[in-house]
Order: sequence, then C-alpha cells, then structure tokens
Amino acid sequence: MSLDASFHSPDLYLLLAAFLFAAGVFGMVRRRTLIGMLIAGELIFSSASLNLLALNHFFAPDPTAGQVFALFILALAAAEASIALAITIAVYRNYRSINSRELSELNG
Amino acid sequence: MNGFPATDYVVAFVFAVAVAATVGGALIAVLTSRIIRSVCGLAICCCGLAGLYYFLHSPFLTLMEILIYVGAICVTIIFAVMLAEPDESPSRETRRQALGWGGAALLVSVAVFWGVARLGLGHDWAAPARRTSQGTVKDIGVSLLTTYSLAFELISLVLLVAILGALVIARYGRTKP
Repeated sequence: MSLDASFHSPDLYLLLAAFLFAAGVFGMVRRRTLIGMLIAGELIFSSASLNLLALNHFFAPDPTAGQVFALFILALAAAEASIALAITIAVYRNYRSINSRELSELNG
Repeated sequence: MNGFPATDYVVAFVFAVAVAATVGGALIAVLTSRIIRSVCGLAICCCGLAGLYYFLHSPFLTLMEILIYVGAICVTIIFAVMLAEPDESPSRETRRQALGWGGAALLVSVAVFWGVARLGLGHDWAAPARRTSQGTVKDIGVSLLTTYSLAFELISLVLLVAILGALVIARYGRTKP
C-alpha cells in the first residue's frame, strides 16, 4: 500500500507546490525578457493554486470553497496574462525590444 | 479494488506521470533559452497539474486548467512571441556575470523552496471533524450561484476590464512608423 500512500497524503503535493514556486522565483530572477518573466509568473500562480487545492482536499471541512477559489485564481491568471502580453507588445512597438535590460528609461 | 488487474499500479503510474510532467515542465519552462520551448514547458507543466487536480478529486478544475492554461494562456503567449522578438540576444553580459546571476537566482529559489517546504511539511495540519459537502461539480455550481455569486460577477467584470484594457494598450501606437 505504499504506492497508494504517496497520493493519499498531502506531503507530496505541498512539496510540488513549493518546487513550482521556487522554479517561478528562479525564472523571475533569471529571465531577461518580459515574456519569460510572465511565464515564471504563471508558474507561481499554479503553485498557489496547487497548494490551495491540496490543503482544500485534505484539511478543509468544505471542499467546495477551495475549488471555487482555485477557479478565481485561474480567471485572474488569465486576466493578468492578457494585460501583461498587451503591455509587452506595446513596449515592443516603442522600443523594438522586450529585453528587460534595455527598458531602463525610468532608471534614475 | 475491482476486477481490473493491477489497478493500483496503473493508478500509481498515472500519478507518477503527472508528477514528472509537472516537475519536468516547470524545469523546461525556466531553464531553456528559447522562449517558445519555455511556453511548451509551461503547457506540459499545466497538463501535469491537471492530472494532480484530478487526484485531488477536482475534475472540474482539471478541465478548466487544460482549457484556460493550455488552451488560452499558452496560445496567447505564442501570439505574443510571434508579434515580438522575445529571444534573448547573445547578450552583452559576460559569461561570468551570467554565472553570477544564475547562481544568485538558484540560491534565492533554493532558499524559497526550503522555507516553503519546511512550513508546509512541518505544520501539524488537523483533519476536519466532518465534511459539510463533497466538493462535486454540482456543489461547485450551486455555491458559485449562491455563496460566491458576488465574487463570480466581479470576476467577470475584472475579465471584461482586462480585455478592454488589453485592447486599448495594444492598439496605442499602431499607426506610427
């Protein structure tokens, strides 16, 4: 039954969520383009969602609430992605680059 | 379980595939140098996450994850990749600077992973005494239209504003040379 135990306990899900969050932070620091940073941001959203659902499934008295919250996170991630991509394209039109090193006009 | 042979092993295998897709997709998404591969990594990661959601008894979220992330967000990012030139140019930063930044990013992310994992695993979570609902799709629908109806409407408003804002921002400057 040790096979069963891995997905009947919350530990693996929490570890995975922590890993996704760390990967998102790594990408956010390391990436040099706006789209790469947006992808890292989506990973962070996913990690929050997975964490919420794991705790919701194992420890919440009302498992519906966490699922509804995760749905709202999905919708907000979609809105964020659309806005961020629009900004990316506007920046590209003006600067001919989306490299975050070159977007330094406001740099004091 | 039931009559089908080796059901436990099949289920464990599917779970292992979901976990591997999530981890591998996330690694592809942050480590490759070409953005288009990174988007593919994000799509793989989201497919794995959808599998994990299914193991967490949330079939509706599984469907939504694939529909919204793989079907909408990844496709939108690919559109942006086609409209801009996102590939990181063979940059002016030297190899040593790149290694330094990579090391710093790795250090920060390992610290974050250690901290979050320690918080999550170290806490003594208490299982609920009794469940007030089963969390089925029907329960989700009912609570979306009763308890969370205001939030539901507000989310649709946020999405509308986001669409309009994206249109306005992306339209600006279009006629300039």
